[in-house]
Amino acid sequence: MRTDRRSLIAAMIRLARRPGLWLMVLLIAVIFLMPAAGPLMRWLFPGVPRPVYTRASFFELTLAHAELVAISSLAAAVIGIGFGIFVTRESGREFAPMAGAIAATGQTFPPVAVLALTIPVLGYGAAPAIAALCLYAIFPIIAATITGIESVPAPTRDAAMGMGFAPRDILWRIELPLAFPFILAGLRNAVIINIGTAAIGSAAGALSLGSPIIEGLSASNPAYVLEGAVIVALLAVAADRCFAWLEDLSRHGGLEQPG
Amino acid sequence: MTGLCGLALLSFVRRPKLRSFATILAAALILWGSLAGAGHFAALLMQESPPTARASLGPAFWTLAVAILAIADAMQRGNFVIPARVCIGAAFCAGFFLMAAAGDFDDLSLAKEFSNNRGIFVTELLRHLGLVCAATFFALLIGVPLTMLVLRKTAVAGFVFASLGILQTIPSIALFGVLIAPMSKLSEQLPFLRDLGINGTGPAPAIIALTLYSLLPLVRGFYTGLSEVAREVKDAATAIGFGARQMFIEVELPLAMPALLSGLRVVTIQAIGLASVAALIGAGGLGTFIFQGIGQYALDLVLVGALPVILLALLANFFFEMLLGLARRKL
Repeated sequence: MRTDRRSLIAAMIRLARRPGLWLMVLLIAVIFLMPAAGPLMRWLFPGVPRPVYTRASFFELTLAHAELVAISSLAAAVIGIGFGIFVTRESGREFAPMAGAIAATGQTFPPVAVLALTIPVLGYGAAPAIAALCLYAIFPIIAATITGIESVPAPTRDAAMGMGFAPRDILWRIELPLAFPFILAGLRNAVIINIGTAAIGSAAGALSLGSPIIEGLSASNPAYVLEGAVIVALLAVAADRCFAWLEDLSRHGGLEQPG
Repeated sequence: MTGLCGLALLSFVRRPKLRSFATILAAALILWGSLAGAGHFAALLMQESPPTARASLGPAFWTLAVAILAIADAMQRGNFVIPARVCIGAAFCAGFFLMAAAGDFDDLSLAKEFSNNRGIFVTELLRHLGLVCAATFFALLIGVPLTMLVLRKTAVAGFVFASLGILQTIPSIALFGVLIAPMSKLSEQLPFLRDLGINGTGPAPAIIALTLYSLLPLVRGFYTGLSEVAREVKDAATAIGFGARQMFIEVELPLAMPALLSGLRVVTIQAIGLASVAALIGAGGLGTFIFQGIGQYALDLVLVGALPVILLALLANFFFEMLLGLARRKL
């Protein structure tokens, strides 16, 4: 009983040491306290008539922002990981150099330019933002999946084959678990970039945390800009810390079970 | 369409060298053919329409991307040497410019938008490059001493990398936004800064933000490059009487060169992309066309900004790739 409690306390202390957790708490606090920031903004920017953005609540904006990022990253993960698996199979090996080249070239494309290119095709609103974010996020995920699967040592694969694993089992029980930390790192990269690009997407009419920033910039209202910018920055840093935590877990947790 | 079918058929040709060469030719035909076709049909359309009408490139425009991809892939598979690659690239550019000079594209609205803005285009392009160069310069100015510090005192390394990492995760638009308030306060308090043109918006905060973003890839590249020079190599150099300075110039620097160049490559490509966001805070650059175009529903204007940004990034990538090849060959 006592040891139970002690391990519980130890676990809570470990959890409390996670900066990701505190950043999340801070993020939520900032989102809900922002409407009360009027006096602070008035003090910072005395000349501004309306110091707090009221067109949509910050909670709504954050939710819309998270939705843009989540939908696009999820779609990109499915396509990217699927494609990465395909080119590392026997039947798809022919395309592996091309996939590597596309992933490398795609990552040199500036995200803003990709966003700009999808607008003429898809028009304004959330659709081009989601498409652009998804398109952009595919590249790092493909690259990470290929690196991850190729990092599995050949002897490991041979041993599994010798033990009578079917190709499908090798993929699900050996290759993907071992490649998981790499894929997670690629996903982290993609999500962080997408959080930033989604904010710019509001220039094309998508509702996101970028909306107060863009509106503040065009109406010369630095208070709006600051409010949007602080929350986006907190969101990105908190997401990054959470991914770092997941990466730690995947490395030290029970996910690696070769053979 | 026939071109695309031909391209598919070509994949059955046996000899790899011949195949990649033929693929390049076929893709080139598609590329030039569709460009010429677009120009031609635009001209036909415009003869019957009022002068204010515009002919935009449709989604079929993406076929061009497929053709370019096929060329790049063929080059990769054909394993051509670098001079051959440069020649092929130059031939494409030459063909494109010849067609443009002949007036093939004059009726496309993209070309119209471009020629309407030709004067501004050059200034904005130069401003864009100026932002990138200034940011890289300041990043080197801060990054090199920072790397030295990190190499000497390993205790600070963790702290430096952690804080630069956090900085890197902050979205560009947010950092630009956060910088506005303190920068404008600063220029209010210190008149000499205002006389220098340093303000809450404009190029000054843009360069500061771009420099901050450049620090992490730069310091990380330099740090891994210099710290991975093998102990034995350094010992050997000391044993044959190399001084600290000679060691740095003749041993450490050449061995670390590939990593240094990769760091610089990431910095440059990243800065080219981020500089287009800087247009939002009035720093100018090619992003001006992108955001102006989005704001005015002038989608061809968006392309006038976006395509050169992508080309610049690809060019920078190619340039550093060549330098990297050279540095690796020297080893």
